Amino acid sequence: MILVVAETHASGEVNPASLEAIAAAQQLGTGAVCAALLGGDASAVAALTACPIERLYHGQHPSLATYSPDVWVQALVQIYEQAQPTLVLLAHTYQARDFAPQLATRLGGALISDVTGVKSPAIFIRPMYQGKLAAEVSFRPDIPGVVTVQIGAFNRASLRRDGAPAPVTMVNVTPDAPRIEAGEIFTEAKQAIDLSHAPVIVAVGRGIKDPKNLDMARQLAAAMGAELAASRPICDSGWLPMDRQVGSSGQTVAPKLYLAVGISGAIQHLVGMRGSRTVVAINKDPDAPIFEIADYGVVGDLFEVVPALIAALQASPGAPPD
Amino acid sequence: MKILVCLKQVPGKDAPVRIEANQRAIRDDVPYEINEPDLFALEAALRLKEAQVQGGSEPAGEPQSEIVALTVGPARASQALREALAKGADRAIHVEGAEAPQLDAYAVAEAITRAIAGESYDLILTGLQADDDGFGQTGVIVAELLGAPHATIIMEIVPVAGRARIRAKRELEGGRFQWVEMPTPAVLAIQSGIGKLRYATLMGIKQAKNKPLRQTTLEELGVRPSLNRQVIERLYVPAKRQGGELLTGTAAEQAAQLAARIRREIPR
Repeated sequence: MILVVAETHASGEVNPASLEAIAAAQQLGTGAVCAALLGGDASAVAALTACPIERLYHGQHPSLATYSPDVWVQALVQIYEQAQPTLVLLAHTYQARDFAPQLATRLGGALISDVTGVKSPAIFIRPMYQGKLAAEVSFRPDIPGVVTVQIGAFNRASLRRDGAPAPVTMVNVTPDAPRIEAGEIFTEAKQAIDLSHAPVIVAVGRGIKDPKNLDMARQLAAAMGAELAASRPICDSGWLPMDRQVGSSGQTVAPKLYLAVGISGAIQHLVGMRGSRTVVAINKDPDAPIFEIADYGVVGDLFEVVPALIAALQASPGAPPD
Repeated sequence: MKILVCLKQVPGKDAPVRIEANQRAIRDDVPYEINEPDLFALEAALRLKEAQVQGGSEPAGEPQSEIVALTVGPARASQALREALAKGADRAIHVEGAEAPQLDAYAVAEAITRAIAGESYDLILTGLQADDDGFGQTGVIVAELLGAPHATIIMEIVPVAGRARIRAKRELEGGRFQWVEMPTPAVLAIQSGIGKLRYATLMGIKQAKNKPLRQTTLEELGVRPSLNRQVIERLYVPAKRQGGELLTGTAAEQAAQLAARIRREIPR
């Protein structure tokens, strides 16, 4: 049996990535899939028991109101011992990255992280070298296995349950008092720019090399009627404000057109923009991962292509030629 | 405050990644550099030390702040430690072994904890993940092996009550944050981009030559690839997704084709 550990947002809603993890567990095809939920309200229970799972293990304890890795690991070890799964599977979220390695080690096992596919029930596929390579990875025999699956790598659209909700087993877990005191969750000064509704976005990455080249990107954005956005390194360097950042630590966008200029396409960036309807990429490296999700790609020097593109767009303000 | 910074040497960002004939490793005839996320861990340690020394918050009678850089890697990795010393680390530990690149996150964490047995650190800092194998686990496993609390994706660190406790700002998804507080010793995995990275000064490079660098080996520590809990069966270049159209020609021709497609997608 595969045990999928679900995660809830602060709002109480089940993280959609956890539903993808359930879909991944099903795709493994090794039999029953159960889910585990720590704390969480009735709506989270309802959302999970409406999934095609055999059973939901619902951990109960006052400490489960706030996430803490110590508490999570102790609670999950108790559920693990009761449920006796052959594999633990969860979405590769920031929270999972925080506690899953600890859980795997506590169980005497290992974590295979950031999995994007399965080759067989025992062999998982994950990116290495920043996505330049893929690796087929297996667990050493006879140890407990924990797997995190990359967000967006598995499709939850096929998750359907016929009939009554899955049964729920309450588990009264007994974690020690947390060593880590967690404060309130907050956002910094409210976001001035909401990119999530922008119909057209021009995003720049490391490839633009110098902040003075941002002017060229601004001209391109103006020529397209686009908002300007960036990958993390650009905002980290202070070349553009943080509220222009697209990716897992920034905004998630889904424009009609996303033009990536000098962005290689690290997964942390892709998760923030792969819902875009059309993706266009300009990059000098033909192996850049951004080209894998691009509908149109230009392999070339952005310092030649972008000025030519600005000129071409300004010369053809009307209807498309074809 | 005594801080251990764990660094890894990884292939340079633009280095070609070529797979060995056995399909389980990459060829090592490439330039190496310090894993960029680990540079931010070092930077965080240097800033903590500077703040304590300048702020006079070194607890009275306590030993001075000390930053120790540690790496688990083959002989070439001593260069990473020299760089860390030149940037301001006080001493270094090299866990040397030709088999180091074959170790998984668990085995590396074993090597780190065994190498520092008998020492006591207030803080252990790592980068968020290594840009080569991308496990993103080593720091958390070190914490588990030491029985220490940990936090990951850390943006800011503030010592509390001298050095007995530490407050750290965690980054959550979607631009949200949270402060967490825990007793030391603690392990923190540092988010990249928390501040501008410094360069080594000429003076620093000179001084680095006289700073202590302790050598130990994987063999002495009893760490070998058989400790690995996960096995790379095969490395390969992933197939590119089909369907995307590559526009060819000169820059001007590419731009013209692109402009036509952009106008089709977003007609004015």
